[in-house]
Amino acid sequence: MYPSAKYVPFGDRALVVELGSGISPEVNRRVHAMHDAVSNAKLLGVGECVPTYRSLLITYDPIKLSSKKLVSAVKDLEKTLATYTSKRRQRKAIIPVVYGGDFGPDLSKVTKYHNLKEKDVIRIHSEHEYMVYMIGFIAGFPYLGELPDKIATPRLETPRFRVPEGSVGIAEKQTGIYPREAPGGWQIIGRTPVRLFDPTWHPPALLQPSDLVKFKPVTIIEFQQIQATVSRGDYNPFLQRNKKP
Amino acid sequence: MKLFRVINPGFFTTVQDLGRQGFLKYGVPVSGAMDDFSLLLANMLVTNKPNDACLEIPLIGPELEALKDTQIAITGGNISPQINGQDIEMWQTLKIKEGDVVSFGKTRNGCRAYLSIRGGINVPPVLGSRSTYIRCEMGGIKGRQLKTGDFIEGFNSAKVLDVKLSLPEDYIPTFSNEAHVRVVLGPQLDSFTEKGVETFLSNPYTISLEADRMGYRLDGSVIEHKAQIETISDAILPGTVQVPPNGKPIITMKDAQTTGGYPKIATLITSDLYILGQAKPKDTVYFHEIALPEARRKLIEYKRRLRMIEKGFCK
Repeated sequence: MYPSAKYVPFGDRALVVELGSGISPEVNRRVHAMHDAVSNAKLLGVGECVPTYRSLLITYDPIKLSSKKLVSAVKDLEKTLATYTSKRRQRKAIIPVVYGGDFGPDLSKVTKYHNLKEKDVIRIHSEHEYMVYMIGFIAGFPYLGELPDKIATPRLETPRFRVPEGSVGIAEKQTGIYPREAPGGWQIIGRTPVRLFDPTWHPPALLQPSDLVKFKPVTIIEFQQIQATVSRGDYNPFLQRNKKP
Repeated sequence: MKLFRVINPGFFTTVQDLGRQGFLKYGVPVSGAMDDFSLLLANMLVTNKPNDACLEIPLIGPELEALKDTQIAITGGNISPQINGQDIEMWQTLKIKEGDVVSFGKTRNGCRAYLSIRGGINVPPVLGSRSTYIRCEMGGIKGRQLKTGDFIEGFNSAKVLDVKLSLPEDYIPTFSNEAHVRVVLGPQLDSFTEKGVETFLSNPYTISLEADRMGYRLDGSVIEHKAQIETISDAILPGTVQVPPNGKPIITMKDAQTTGGYPKIATLITSDLYILGQAKPKDTVYFHEIALPEARRKLIEYKRRLRMIEKGFCK
């Protein structure tokens, strides 16, 4: 984490606030805190915010708000971050996954790579709690971290043309879920029946940056049961009394 | 209300408006017209609202049969629009009678024509926009490009205009094969050597065949990175110039993914983005550096130009 944030103009209508140089939970938590602070401040002329691993992009209308004024307003907010506690409750989602087999064609490779047993990889992947670092790549795709070193695995040498919807993958120290079929180079270890993106929802993505996620191993029969609930629109992966988006 | 039947869909005709705002953090790109200046003018010429949906028609246009009397306007790149086989003027209101066939021919300049219809195209908005985003199959006609047999629907409430508007010649943009666009350097300028930045700003780049609504890959002099470069994904916006390890820049366009890990050398200014929306493979692009305050002045000028045009029409 940088001692103080770097402010860099991004064209004439956005500002990047860079909070650190690497991928880490601490830096990412600071990004989400900054995101909350900027959203709550409701600055005139500010458009949307895009939180990513280590930076926050803030779009603005340069006619209403100059870059200088925006920087000084956000610098004031930055000073409050050290003592900032979010009023927003961090949501926790449980994502059921069928590991291995046809649903997780790369599980055996990951297992061999680390000289582990399949059940160990599944246990390590599903015991750990992850944070949604950011959403990108395709609509609703959550980048989750931080994956334990014991199962961190490089991407495929040759990406696949088609990774099926719901695929759960690993890339280095991250894990993620494909909200729909797409090309991709992540090691696919399983699949979830949970739907992650639907443009008719408000907001359209199931998960939001800063949400917490845990995976739960399920059988194919459970997968099918959940799938039926999902298609009726009745499935709620969130713990506690959080409402479905 | 069905206004047109698609006899032939053309190469990649889609429904577009000004795009989606507020969903970048969920990974949903802006989408919308690649040349929003021409879309705004197409709408003005049939007295539509600025954000009404139009057809975006790149390079090879569709053939459309009118099922009702209506009015249209065609702006943007010149791809030889015709009605019933007769050449027609662009940048003005055109009367269409039931049975008329609108078609297109050779590309004369630019890349994308915009066809507005009185009252706008009636497709359901998705996340606040009618723009087609193919990758997620959302917006437009069933989330895809036009197909033979599709109907283009209008709104019953749209009244036929009794005026004919045309854009004064001084305001008609000309799209050449040589695009000059202004950029604000950064946000990751420190990933490049001084020589790399110099290369980027002083050489022409050619748009490769890999150019679509997501972005353009460019060919040209290799831009030098510093030895160690970070590849952590940050947010990207339309108009961002990224430089992958091969040193050949990629410009992201309206359907680009919302995050990307290549170092970003520069970003196009808002008021020049439409110019690139009219660029096509083999066209040349020159990048010119501009300071932030100057970019703001250019945006004010751009908006003023649009307002003046609109006022002129309202008389």
